[in-house]
Amino acid sequence: MPKKISLNVDGKVHTIDADPDMPLLYALRDDLGMTNPRFGCGLAQCGACTVLVDGEPVRSCSTAVEDLHGKKITTLAGLSKGGKPHKVQEAFIAEQVPQCGYCLNGWVMTTVSFLEKTPKPTDAQIREALSGLKCRCGTHTAILRAVKRAAQA
Amino acid sequence: MNQHISRRSLLAGTGALTVSVALPGVVLAATGKAGLEKRPPLKPDQLASFVTIKADGSAIAWFGKIDGGQGTDIGVVQIVAEELDLPAAKVDIVMGDTGLTVNQGGASGSTGIQEGGAALRAAAAEARRVLVEMAAQKLGVPADQLVVDNGTISVKDQPKKKTTYADLIGGRHFDIQLEWNGKIGNPLAVKGKGPVKAVSAYKVVGTSVPRRDVEPKVMGTKGYVGDVKVPGMLHARSIFPPVAGAVPVAVDEASIKSIPGARVVQIKNYVAVLAPREWDAIKASRALKITWSDAKPPFPAQNTLHQHIREAKALKREVEVNKGDVDAALASAAKVVEASYEWPFQSHASMAPACAVVDVKANGEVTLWTSSQKPHYAAEGVANILGVPVEKVHGIWMWGPGSYGRNDAGDVAAEAALLSKAVGKPVRLQWMRNQGHGWDPKGPASVHTVRAGIDAEGKITAWHYESKGFSRLDVNSNESEPSQNLVGQMIDVPLKPTQAFAVPEESYNFANKRKGWTTVAPLLDRSSPLRSSHLRDPLGPQVHFASEAFMDELAMAANLDPVEFRIKNLSEPRDVAVIKTAAEKAGWQPRTSARKQMKGDVAIGQGIAYAQRNGTRVAVIAEVEVNTKTGKVWARKYTVAQDAGLIINPNLLKMTIEGNVVQGTSRALKEEVTFDAKNVTSIDWLTYPILDITEAPETIDVVLINRPEIAPTGAGEASMRPLAAAVANAIYDATGVRMRQAPFTPARIKTGLA
Repeated sequence: MPKKISLNVDGKVHTIDADPDMPLLYALRDDLGMTNPRFGCGLAQCGACTVLVDGEPVRSCSTAVEDLHGKKITTLAGLSKGGKPHKVQEAFIAEQVPQCGYCLNGWVMTTVSFLEKTPKPTDAQIREALSGLKCRCGTHTAILRAVKRAAQA
Repeated sequence: MNQHISRRSLLAGTGALTVSVALPGVVLAATGKAGLEKRPPLKPDQLASFVTIKADGSAIAWFGKIDGGQGTDIGVVQIVAEELDLPAAKVDIVMGDTGLTVNQGGASGSTGIQEGGAALRAAAAEARRVLVEMAAQKLGVPADQLVVDNGTISVKDQPKKKTTYADLIGGRHFDIQLEWNGKIGNPLAVKGKGPVKAVSAYKVVGTSVPRRDVEPKVMGTKGYVGDVKVPGMLHARSIFPPVAGAVPVAVDEASIKSIPGARVVQIKNYVAVLAPREWDAIKASRALKITWSDAKPPFPAQNTLHQHIREAKALKREVEVNKGDVDAALASAAKVVEASYEWPFQSHASMAPACAVVDVKANGEVTLWTSSQKPHYAAEGVANILGVPVEKVHGIWMWGPGSYGRNDAGDVAAEAALLSKAVGKPVRLQWMRNQGHGWDPKGPASVHTVRAGIDAEGKITAWHYESKGFSRLDVNSNESEPSQNLVGQMIDVPLKPTQAFAVPEESYNFANKRKGWTTVAPLLDRSSPLRSSHLRDPLGPQVHFASEAFMDELAMAANLDPVEFRIKNLSEPRDVAVIKTAAEKAGWQPRTSARKQMKGDVAIGQGIAYAQRNGTRVAVIAEVEVNTKTGKVWARKYTVAQDAGLIINPNLLKMTIEGNVVQGTSRALKEEVTFDAKNVTSIDWLTYPILDITEAPETIDVVLINRPEIAPTGAGEASMRPLAAAVANAIYDATGVRMRQAPFTPARIKTGLA
């Protein structure tokens, strides 16, 4: 049965009526019109739906809305402050990383969280941290360059 | 900066998040608002169909193809800016909208610059000529006394005597007829009286102008096709049978009645569920009970697939090259070498399963939002399955998950159209992940056999190449006919497969050479999850895997180094140049047998392969590390030398090659569609793994050979072509094991090493 659920997204609290077990992805996209997190697999296998929940990357396609109570959700569009891109976004733009760009939420959001914890990563640490995310266009080498650039920014 | 903002707000029209508010820019431009007069009807023989000068003197290029993120659009912008003597920042580009652009074929065959750009170049050159003529009249001096710079036309040596594009025509459309070759799609060509600029005078072409879609993608400020919301829209999910070939016998609508607003639409053998909320549509698709017909499982055991192809009756055979007397030369050869190579079915496995939104309105007008790389054909597909004239369908191209050939995008467009018509509301349909992997058109599986005769001096006297496999066009590479779409086949339209395959493109100068192909019948002829079609560089990877891996085998048989052997047997200097360039850059180590260098348990090797593609030439050198304990291959470094004629944008060319290399590595090492007797079983990223970032190459060195004197040829796919062979040859150099079956999985490597 639908119930009232409040979600704190990009600094604003919203209340929606939804099935408690509905994945967060559909609340963001369909109820709140925040369409950056994308449906890629619905199986937590690709990362296209990634958001930050209290600073940790989470696959919104496989996280029930009822589990987000009291937590802070950040989407790709919510990363920038006053129109200024986050340093990870700046690095991805400077390296012209995306081709289709559909996968970007996974790479950018995971990198943001990773660099918070590991500000001076090695190449091996970067690869390990981003393992499992999918990019079909094959921009892997550009992603690695961008993450290194962001770490140096 | 203002310029940048105005350009983006113009382009926002193709990336509408919510239709009710977001169609403005481009559509306004076409309908006569936003400072532009109403556009004349779109005709391929009209200059106004390709180039417009806006009120401020900047230009719009109307491009009937699309860019999927490789920067083809920027290349076209540069070409148009160059001919118009404008900076690139003063040229906007509008792509793929069927109401705004003529059908130039969409993204197809790496022809974006080669053919699409050529048409825009001719149109822009004609626009410049017309503008200079207009200026000559206005200023009262002969046209040859005028110079153009940044949209200002002035009299030579009298810079104050001048006018501008804005003054001459700004906001009005050209009324100029072009010479048109009568073709639409890729081969569409136009010509005006305006001479194109000499390459030696280029200022914009050849520079690394950055892409315009990167920032909005990274910032999340512009929508994809899946983000379109139309008032009253329903969400839909299609439902496909558990056993390929089965059809619905009974659909229990009561099984979804507890889901708010959920309903079923069945059209012959096609079933879908719809609901106002997306999550409810997904739940309904899982809950709906269907009784399926008792279809005989159609597929053979997967490990017999290539044997099946070898033994299958020929459906069509074609010999594309037959030079000299191959049979006699083989009969008299001192030594005959023969090998056979196998390639699996591969999936587009697009980043997301396809999505389309279709609104079939009561008045007969239809709008399609699609990310199909061939939006004009997708719109035709919608018109044809609805049985309405194509003029009634407005196809709007939007970003989507990257597509590299004939993926599932056109299928969902046709399905959404039928559903919208059935329910009388706009419909947004997205397939689920298991459908995107399981039911997309597949790159065909194949077997390739090569035989060569060598004389006593080590010279190749005969070369005989044969491909045999499922057609590359069991369903067509565009989605314009219902017979070519899954739903068309499910509603029983007559099938219209085409038989086609491919042979290698190279310039080896063997005196006796035969290249042929044979197609075999599909394993299931209708509504098959293994229907085959184009996947990036259609058939290039498999065909050249065989030919170039065999060239390596031949080199060793002739006791020659693989680089030296290729150069010795090639006749075209551009082919020799890419090989020499790659070898030099990579620090090629000559060898006449596998070197088997070991570092602990890791064997290290280097391999080369080369190919042509429709004028482009590319050589790839792969350096691999093979873990002899686990069988895992890491393609650590690549060196790519490419000659695609004149270079338009070096940085975007390089990044396009990098993408090809990574995607090609993924296909060479990992990708194989699996199936059991009933259906495809590789249905997600766990069962159809692609290259992970932990497996990405450390280095991709790209050397671009610029040929200003040669018109640009395609660069979107060529470097994928020789890649698998380069990897296989490197694995051989490392281990002495010949990999003749792709992908080169750890299990196959270990079998080879055992």
